[in-house]
Amino acid sequence: MLFNEPSPLEVKVLTRRFQYPDSARIDTFLAHQGYQAFQKALAMTPDDIIQEVKVSALRGRGGAGFPAGLKWGFVPRNSPKPKYVVVNADEGEPGTCKDRVLMVNDPHQLLEGMLIAARAVGATVGYIYIRGEYRHVIDIMDRAIAEAYARGYLGRNILGSGMDFDAYTHTGAGSYECGEESALLESLEGKRGNPRIRPPFPAVSGAFQCPTVLNNVETFCSVPEIILNGGAAFAALGTPKNGGTRLFALSGHINKPGVYELPMGFNLLRLIHEVGGGIPNGKRLKAVIPGGSSCPVLKAGECDLPMDFDSLAAAGSMLGSAAVIVMDEDTCMVTAALRLMRFYAHESCGWCVPCREGTHWLKKLVGRLHAGRGLSGDADLIEEVSRNMLGRTFCPLGDAAAMPMISLVTKFREEFEAKIGSAADAGPGSDQLVVL
Amino acid sequence: MTFSPQLETKFEKLLTSYPEGRQRAALIPMLLFAQDETGSLSPEVVSEIASRLGLTLLEVEEVISYYSMLRKQPLGRHNLQICTNISCLLTGGVALFEHACRKLGIGSGEVTPDGRFSIEEVECIGACSWAPAIMVNYDYHHHLTIEKLDRLIESLQEGSQDHAVQ
Repeated sequence: MLFNEPSPLEVKVLTRRFQYPDSARIDTFLAHQGYQAFQKALAMTPDDIIQEVKVSALRGRGGAGFPAGLKWGFVPRNSPKPKYVVVNADEGEPGTCKDRVLMVNDPHQLLEGMLIAARAVGATVGYIYIRGEYRHVIDIMDRAIAEAYARGYLGRNILGSGMDFDAYTHTGAGSYECGEESALLESLEGKRGNPRIRPPFPAVSGAFQCPTVLNNVETFCSVPEIILNGGAAFAALGTPKNGGTRLFALSGHINKPGVYELPMGFNLLRLIHEVGGGIPNGKRLKAVIPGGSSCPVLKAGECDLPMDFDSLAAAGSMLGSAAVIVMDEDTCMVTAALRLMRFYAHESCGWCVPCREGTHWLKKLVGRLHAGRGLSGDADLIEEVSRNMLGRTFCPLGDAAAMPMISLVTKFREEFEAKIGSAADAGPGSDQLVVL
Repeated sequence: MTFSPQLETKFEKLLTSYPEGRQRAALIPMLLFAQDETGSLSPEVVSEIASRLGLTLLEVEEVISYYSMLRKQPLGRHNLQICTNISCLLTGGVALFEHACRKLGIGSGEVTPDGRFSIEEVECIGACSWAPAIMVNYDYHHHLTIEKLDRLIESLQEGSQDHAVQ
């Protein structure tokens, strides 16, 4: 099932099997190298597997970009506790819709990545935590799991190797916060999705307080390729320290929105104009949010850069989940900011004060300004509130609201200033904070 | 209380999916799957699931209040979840939301008097590259326009009438 026409510029690694009929079925998977990487991994030592993943320069695809091999290496091998593999399939970052595509079209690739991770750290059980709205995805993953059991790729003594591994899907029930790894683990255990204080990190104390490898869907889906063709070949697909390809989700004001697999480091302007077919109606590019709604916005003039973690960081933004949200010249940045702040205020779990209060104050301040009832100094106040949230929360949700907000109010200051007091009836007493 | 045999089978599997002594992990899936069958998490459903997992009512209630998909009041038979987050905002999601509200005469979180429809303005549903998008219960509808939304609502209306006649 394809959602958009592929682009000739794509480099299909994780998506290479999508072209086949019934790509989600195990027979198709097996006919096209499926589970061969896992069989190769069974003949490797756990250290060699982890070393291969380190060489690949695979970095976490959920958003943080942490080196996957390093993360796996933190799992204490000689712990007497059971070990777990947990897949973050809670995909909730606005703009992001790639994990869904991976699971719907090639669910066995994800299972194979989990199996290799399990082999590397000695895990015997895996959970795929899938957001509740993705019920059709859960059904597809459940069917794939059943197929894998039937063919002996899951269960006891897999392929005669002596390895045991069980896999389960686990549904979420509507919460952006549960995409944060420690909140996800709380939710997996049947609780409110409040984040945990770290350390200890999940590698040491994760699911059920046991050592856990926790990665995003796309990260696990990259692993079979790394084992099959080598970490060095995977690393060579991308840029230094940014191995492999990425699934870029193009959305917003773009002629050919869609999910495209391209090498890490692909130029953002080429992504918009050559892959995405440019901006509709001959409009000019105004701004891009390059990696999901939590990433600082880039102005049009800042977009001539390679899409990898380090280049985006150097440009003051983030690659994040690689969700590229394109905005044309007519976009009102105050409206965009208000919608995003409404989102973060709604999704803040309330566990810590800077985020719980900060997101709501930002929503109210931007809301007042948007309604034309802002006071002079509101733009400064919005920036100050945001800066006071940065780095002061248990989990990154506070930063996720503050970072785009700071970028919007500083880079598009004049739009915010122009809204101040613009309402026809603005005057004394009109500045009360409207609750939206 | 009893659930359908299909749901009981699901529950049985859930109770063996987690480590011994950690069956509470099944709580959120059990609540959501039960709600799918019963329409909402009534006091009877909540107390049944609490007792099966050995949890207090408070422990279950605090979980229900956290998750936006879990609800204690039933919504319409066709729950229109209309995304207005950033990618849908840029591609006409707000107009879809406002149009649906006008057409059905209800606002977000409300149910039509006949119980057929409800509307929720929702956060990102992971359909950004096929925006604007909405969900009707668990079904995705991509690349929506006002005209397509009208046809969708009308087809659901007709479907409901057939259902009512039967």
